[in-house]
Amino acid sequence: MNDHPKKSSTHIENKRDSPLAPYLALDLTDEKGILCGKILTDLGGEVIKVERPGGDPSRGIGPFYQDIPHPEKSLYWFAFNTGKKSITLDIEKRDGKAIFLKLVKKADFVIESFSPGFMERLGLGYSTLSRINPRLIMVSISPFGQEGPYKDYKGPDLVVWALGGMLYICGDADRAPVRISFPQSYAHGGAAGAAAALIALYHRKNTGEGQHVDVSAQQCMEWTTAEIVQIWEMNRLKVGRTGQFRVRPTTGARLREIWPCKDGFICFRVMGGQVGAGFMKALVEWMDHEGMCNDYLRERKWEELDLGKVTQEEYNLAEEPIGRFFLPHTKAELLEEAVKRRIQLLPVNTNEDIFNDPHLSIRNFWKELEHPELGTTILYPGPFAKFSEASCGPWRRAPLIGEHNEEVYRGEIGLSQSELILLKQNNII
Amino acid sequence: MDRQVFKGIKIVEFAWLAAGPFIIKYFADHGATVIKVESSTRLDTLRQAPPFQENRPGINRSGWFAKYNPNKYGISLNLNHPKARPIVEKLVRWADIVIESFTPGVIKRWNLGYEEIVQIKPDIIMLSTSAQGQTGPRAQQPSYGAQLTSLAGFVHLTNWPDRDPATVYGAYTDYIVPYFGAAALIAALDYRCRTGKGQYIDVSQYECAVHFLAPLILDYGVNQKVHHRMGNRSPDATPHGVYRCLGEDSWCAIAVCTDEEWKAFCRVLSNPDWTKDQKFQTFPGRKENEDELDQFIEEWTEKFSAEEVMRWMQEAGVPAGVVRNNEGVYGDPQLNARKHFLKLEHPEMGLHTVESLPFKLSKTPSEIKQAAPCLGQDNYHVYTEILGLSDEEFIQLSEEGVLN
Repeated sequence: MNDHPKKSSTHIENKRDSPLAPYLALDLTDEKGILCGKILTDLGGEVIKVERPGGDPSRGIGPFYQDIPHPEKSLYWFAFNTGKKSITLDIEKRDGKAIFLKLVKKADFVIESFSPGFMERLGLGYSTLSRINPRLIMVSISPFGQEGPYKDYKGPDLVVWALGGMLYICGDADRAPVRISFPQSYAHGGAAGAAAALIALYHRKNTGEGQHVDVSAQQCMEWTTAEIVQIWEMNRLKVGRTGQFRVRPTTGARLREIWPCKDGFICFRVMGGQVGAGFMKALVEWMDHEGMCNDYLRERKWEELDLGKVTQEEYNLAEEPIGRFFLPHTKAELLEEAVKRRIQLLPVNTNEDIFNDPHLSIRNFWKELEHPELGTTILYPGPFAKFSEASCGPWRRAPLIGEHNEEVYRGEIGLSQSELILLKQNNII
Repeated sequence: MDRQVFKGIKIVEFAWLAAGPFIIKYFADHGATVIKVESSTRLDTLRQAPPFQENRPGINRSGWFAKYNPNKYGISLNLNHPKARPIVEKLVRWADIVIESFTPGVIKRWNLGYEEIVQIKPDIIMLSTSAQGQTGPRAQQPSYGAQLTSLAGFVHLTNWPDRDPATVYGAYTDYIVPYFGAAALIAALDYRCRTGKGQYIDVSQYECAVHFLAPLILDYGVNQKVHHRMGNRSPDATPHGVYRCLGEDSWCAIAVCTDEEWKAFCRVLSNPDWTKDQKFQTFPGRKENEDELDQFIEEWTEKFSAEEVMRWMQEAGVPAGVVRNNEGVYGDPQLNARKHFLKLEHPEMGLHTVESLPFKLSKTPSEIKQAAPCLGQDNYHVYTEILGLSDEEFIQLSEEGVLN
């Protein structure tokens, strides 16, 4: 091991024992890559968000604190920038570039999500940065990747869903395909960027060399489509939209996944085989207990139910009484009993349900972070993993615009007060 | 110089279905030595999941299983057999990382919980990936990605406002966990290099997935706002939708995000009269009249193929994309230029297609050299060459049913 991670003088106390505590990342991303740096900070890395003077454009994305659109009140920004520091810097200006290069010398990672080629045009492409710091790992996150016929295509979330294959298979067959009503593809790109950055870090540990990581959000979204490409390639069958059901392409049987109940919906699959038989019997007992079972369900040999072969008629014999059983119960009632009886049934949750889920609070999932400027604290989704030997963020609220200018410019790269003032006057920072 | 990042890193996989094996794919495709442990009585369930090559079911013929498990040795071992214990201990002693993805509690029945294996190998890194985590009132409730996608809030947000929620195809949250799981494991390896300490990592699929909707969770906490499905609408862009094109079930997504893009969009349509209507001149105006706007657009897109619409829009700088079905994805020029799909040769399936990881590392690109293993395919190699059993021991254990 010949690794000499860059030390920083400004770590906060509880991050010290974290897995990535010694490493420094410069985060130039907009919303297309914003989660990457957030994951690195959660793991203890120091991440400096480099914002253009006036603030990063993703500060304009809602929802907003108290519904007031304001660059210091974006909940989108808050959620994906916890633990980061912020400096403002115009890397498109000559003096800004020079300062950026000084920071690059100290950095382990540069993360960016500009259009492919933009960093090269600024003279800040990987080939240049790696000459200044051969150990640097540069992570580029883009809709379609840095090469290929669509590399210059614009790729907001909906477009990446479309070309990644996930859009076509979501929604009802009689209408247009639909996406999840909150952008997802960039979260995939950013998270993949974090994993890839760490693969590159491990390589550097062994060899001392950095490299360029090129993430495609389209490829990430293709991975979310489960087995549809194999269904085409192996069986030449198409997969369509099936609403609340899943459809076995081989038999065409529509098997219900989303079931209405008293106050919303739940998700449940009738299943056979060894796995299914266990909880199907438990469900039948429960239905019996409430006097809502019938002979068919009681006598069915669930081990023998083969969803690959079952006909619609036969399947409906189970679906119809089960559906009637769920209907008068609330989501909470169904969940409570399903947990007791170890049945694979979970509610269709809203953001409110998740926020109030006792399971998450009992696991100490939520993390309360102070927002002194707003005179309040906000609850955040907590550690994405629980480590026995280390802590995982989030550590502190997202930074204000340029909050760490003084600390980074004076402390880290040793600019004088007058240099700092001059840079401000020239709109570099 | 060897370009395989994780060469020399040894992983034992007691994992099944998508999330766990996919986490390990990040290592397997970058050079780690991975031993996937199954038993004939307890298969990775995905082996029995369609599609099957030539539509003929068989535990070595699932295209779905084939995706997550290339570059892994496959062994069979009957963990319930009393003589399996010394072998498991050899595996753990050999390993840097142990991963398991059973329902919490199950692994402890075989005395393979972290507390036990850390006695065998003090600096072991162990990761458990489960539906809702190792602790908490619902820890032991079994569930798949489909149900977790509902639990984590995605299903409620999918479909039109006047329709009931629709499934997100497949097992969406299974594809969120691997990023976090792989990052956590590599960070733990790095930590072990610096401190000599291994550790235990508890990953909850539910909790990882919630991070992908984090701003909405904050919005409830701060503003008590509940979010609902809204078709393809976006608060920040209009027109923003999926429009019918020429051909059967053929669609193009168009997302106009700026005024500049709106002007370019109108030019692609040759500035028909309706685009000059006062109500469409500003973002709030277009937003207010979005239904009408969508109708006008679809009247135009219906006359052309989705490919044409995408090409004309993108050439003019307007974000647009063909809504690819499974055949279309497989033929997508960009994915193919990125070499996203690879053909592998497999003893039973023959040539079949798998995907590569969604990123390229310039100096150490991922490599897939070997198709997913048949059940027990590598027993002899692993038990004798790697774990050091003699041929006699191997034969005896096989005959006693320990290696089933």
